[in-house]
Amino acid sequence: MVRILPQTKAAAVNPLKSSQPLGAALAFLGVDGAMPLFHGSQGCTSLALVLFVRHFKEAIPLQTTAMDEVATILGGADRLEEAILNLKARTKPTLIGVCTTALVETRGEDCAGEIANIKLKRAEEIAGTEVVLANTPDFDGAIEEGWAKAVTAMIEGITRPGQQARQSKKIAILPGWHLTVADIEHLREMVERFGLKPVILPDISGSLDGTVPDRWITTTYGGTSVEDIRELGTAAQCIVIGEHMRRPAEVLQRVTGVPYVLFQSLTGLRGADRFVSLMAAISGVAVPAGVRRRRAQLQDALLDGHFHFGGKKIAIAAEPDHLYQLATFFTDMGSDIAAAVVTTDMSKILQKIPAESVQVGDLGDLEALGADADLLVTHSHGRQAAQRLGIPLMHVGFPIFDRLGSQHKLTILYQGTRDLIFEVANIFQANRHAPTPEALDPLRMRDMPDELRSSPLTRH
Amino acid sequence: MSSLSAKIQDVFNEPACERNRGKDAKARKEGCSKALTPGAAAGGCAFDGAKIVLQPITDVAHLIHAPLACEGNSWDNRGAASSGPTLWRTSFTTDLTELDVVMGQGERKLFKAIREIKEAYGPPAIFVYSTCVTALIGEDIEAVCKRAAEKFGLAVVPVDAPGFVGSKNLGNKLAGEALLDHVIGTVEPDDAGPYDINILGEFNLAGEFWLVKPLLDRLGIRVRACIPGDARYLDVASAHRARAAMMVCSSALINLARKMEERWEIPFFEGSFYGITDTSEALRRISQLLVKKGADPEILDRTETLIAQEEGIAWKNLAAYRPRLQGKRVLLNTGGVKSWSLVHALMEIGIEIVGTSVKKSTVEDKERIKQILKDDNHMFEQMAPRALYAMLSENKADIMLSGGRTQFIALKAKTPWLDINQERQHPYAGYDGMVELVRQIDLAIHNPIWRQVREPAPWDRQPAVKDEYPSTKSEIATVQAFKKFAGATAVDFGAC
Repeated sequence: MVRILPQTKAAAVNPLKSSQPLGAALAFLGVDGAMPLFHGSQGCTSLALVLFVRHFKEAIPLQTTAMDEVATILGGADRLEEAILNLKARTKPTLIGVCTTALVETRGEDCAGEIANIKLKRAEEIAGTEVVLANTPDFDGAIEEGWAKAVTAMIEGITRPGQQARQSKKIAILPGWHLTVADIEHLREMVERFGLKPVILPDISGSLDGTVPDRWITTTYGGTSVEDIRELGTAAQCIVIGEHMRRPAEVLQRVTGVPYVLFQSLTGLRGADRFVSLMAAISGVAVPAGVRRRRAQLQDALLDGHFHFGGKKIAIAAEPDHLYQLATFFTDMGSDIAAAVVTTDMSKILQKIPAESVQVGDLGDLEALGADADLLVTHSHGRQAAQRLGIPLMHVGFPIFDRLGSQHKLTILYQGTRDLIFEVANIFQANRHAPTPEALDPLRMRDMPDELRSSPLTRH
Repeated sequence: MSSLSAKIQDVFNEPACERNRGKDAKARKEGCSKALTPGAAAGGCAFDGAKIVLQPITDVAHLIHAPLACEGNSWDNRGAASSGPTLWRTSFTTDLTELDVVMGQGERKLFKAIREIKEAYGPPAIFVYSTCVTALIGEDIEAVCKRAAEKFGLAVVPVDAPGFVGSKNLGNKLAGEALLDHVIGTVEPDDAGPYDINILGEFNLAGEFWLVKPLLDRLGIRVRACIPGDARYLDVASAHRARAAMMVCSSALINLARKMEERWEIPFFEGSFYGITDTSEALRRISQLLVKKGADPEILDRTETLIAQEEGIAWKNLAAYRPRLQGKRVLLNTGGVKSWSLVHALMEIGIEIVGTSVKKSTVEDKERIKQILKDDNHMFEQMAPRALYAMLSENKADIMLSGGRTQFIALKAKTPWLDINQERQHPYAGYDGMVELVRQIDLAIHNPIWRQVREPAPWDRQPAVKDEYPSTKSEIATVQAFKKFAGATAVDFGAC
């Protein structure tokens, strides 16, 4: 049984987390014509915006209620109303996703009540624009929680409630935030190969996939349509990826009766097999030859790749479901998880992480715990630790600002697993330690206790 | 908060600021930051501004007392360079949780955090930044800092600039106030000399101050403190013993320069290291101020000799780009170009300025633009993204020079773009920096990708007029066109 070690430091050193409202905004960005709106001081938005831009290399629609000193003391309801009306007038979004920040939550504002009032009072002006609220104070959670809350808010606020006539070919998919644009695209294609019609919420593959439109657009362009969110109740089945998406799936089931199946990870041969079998079962269509081919390629990649993974010590810092996806991938390949650092102790998935212990903490913890690992796995902020320790870094998650194309990296199903294997194997091959007489000296090795002795042959 | 309000009023009433002098008493009281429009505001907050100004002090631990967002979403994002300590790049925040806020544990956590940092890193000073939430719940950061400083025996400096008090620019100024109140003048140097200067508002982005510093070294001028670029805490603490100062980024730290003049009689001038003539002028003014404060006047001649030599080399290097860049059209979209010598140098090698934003320019600046460009049609206050996009897609400029904010407008309009703002990767200061800037413009404009991205996809490509069909042209043309087609097909198959 894995031990979850709580954080005991007062000063977080090199944070691992990105804030909760950022996660909620990311989910709203997966909706067509959306405009996320942070309810807080303008810095909250600006900092999140810059981080998004650094990661996606895209212009990101994100606005702020710009709480000033007076609003901070007297209340931000007017700022919120003004912001919504301004956004409606200027950008005509189909959805305004309000994300609260620590500032308004610390004040104890009744944002839900305020939004209800605004909708009532300004019904005419904001007609045609959905306004939903995610309560996402910065002092709680991280991207995972914010993303899940935003999806829950959209289902509660937009999806038509009640049992409806089901379309037997329609599948609702609620992906976790840690799936990349490439993952979502691949998921859709896979589902469509079985003659099924997927509706994905949120769908960042439509909005954050980096395209060049013909004109300047101020909201998101592409993503799940509001109409599709409204009609989620007509799906035959809901598929959920990541434990943090259980709550929105439950809400969907409660509201519309659509049942759900939860995949904790779609990476690795087994996860992919399960998913493909489910598709075949729902559609009644045989697994197409192309999919079988991909499976065979993954088998070969497992054979070729395992030489590079065996016995390697991996240090990972990530949010819970992402940590699970990565840790199981590495252990499935024969590596050990030397250090696992996570953002929160609240997720049930932590009990299933294949490591001795999981530290709730930051990149300072990763640096301390992973000092003697062969590979660090985290986002771009891990690069300093990697440099200091002289250990290569595999870039995963958010933010990745010193590499291009992280959104287009496939990490799920047969093909994504295959790509991951090759990526890691190549990192190891590129960072081979040249053997030296000192390192191979058998007399020096003899003076070391057994557990510190690692075979020099595993390191090249 | 009342002392903070007084401080804000104080920095708004800046007698050394040209723009401020032009206002009446009422307008001055309202300050220089415009009221924010919810739903249409852009830019960082006061906290962001304060941190930007102070963080490049390299051996200080910067501790942000806040829930995660303020630091977690913003750390490790600027390219100031250090020649030694790297502690400033390590991020520290108290990462307040819901429980901390509700139970009022913030101050205790802050105190503990200071102790942990002191024990683990032993910095000469810790800067503690207040933020929206910690200001709102009434954390007494100043008291905690005072107590911690006594208890742990190191400088603990409160920086009181919570985000909601205003803009990034206001935060810049509040950072200057924090240095005046708690840092500068706290240490007496034992080596003060007649050639000591301060450089204020220089951030050493991409290490660019290192393109200038050797010139000062050559003249025997010592940089007592460069604030904040590549600074050490002790340099800043003893900066009050410099004989003269240069203000580089005037809107950010002008209050600091003026008050240092008032308190310690350090005369200053506003100058720039961008562009050739401005760099020369800066060197000249530094020498003049030093002589006025008692340095040997022979330095003036040595300065002129150095300037003549360096300018000669720079103009010669720039001339090499003239054939490649003559007639190229540049759109300058920054807050307002302070350095006219940069524009001057670009025009000198035949580059045309097709537009410049004057959002932050003074009346004097605007007059100067008119003179230089001989036309005021090219000035615009602020261009909406849509209009900017339209202008660029209609191919009215060959390159846009701007900050990261408008980067994607240019790129989506398939127009070359060069970052001349704080996130850039290349050093542009001094004589060599100007040559580097022109080199980067050349590289950007002449990159072969532009032709490719502007080409439509093959299936979208339709012959616009009938006579483009090969069949209507001569037989040779037809054959060549077919070969081209066949060749492309073969390559495509090969790739499959």
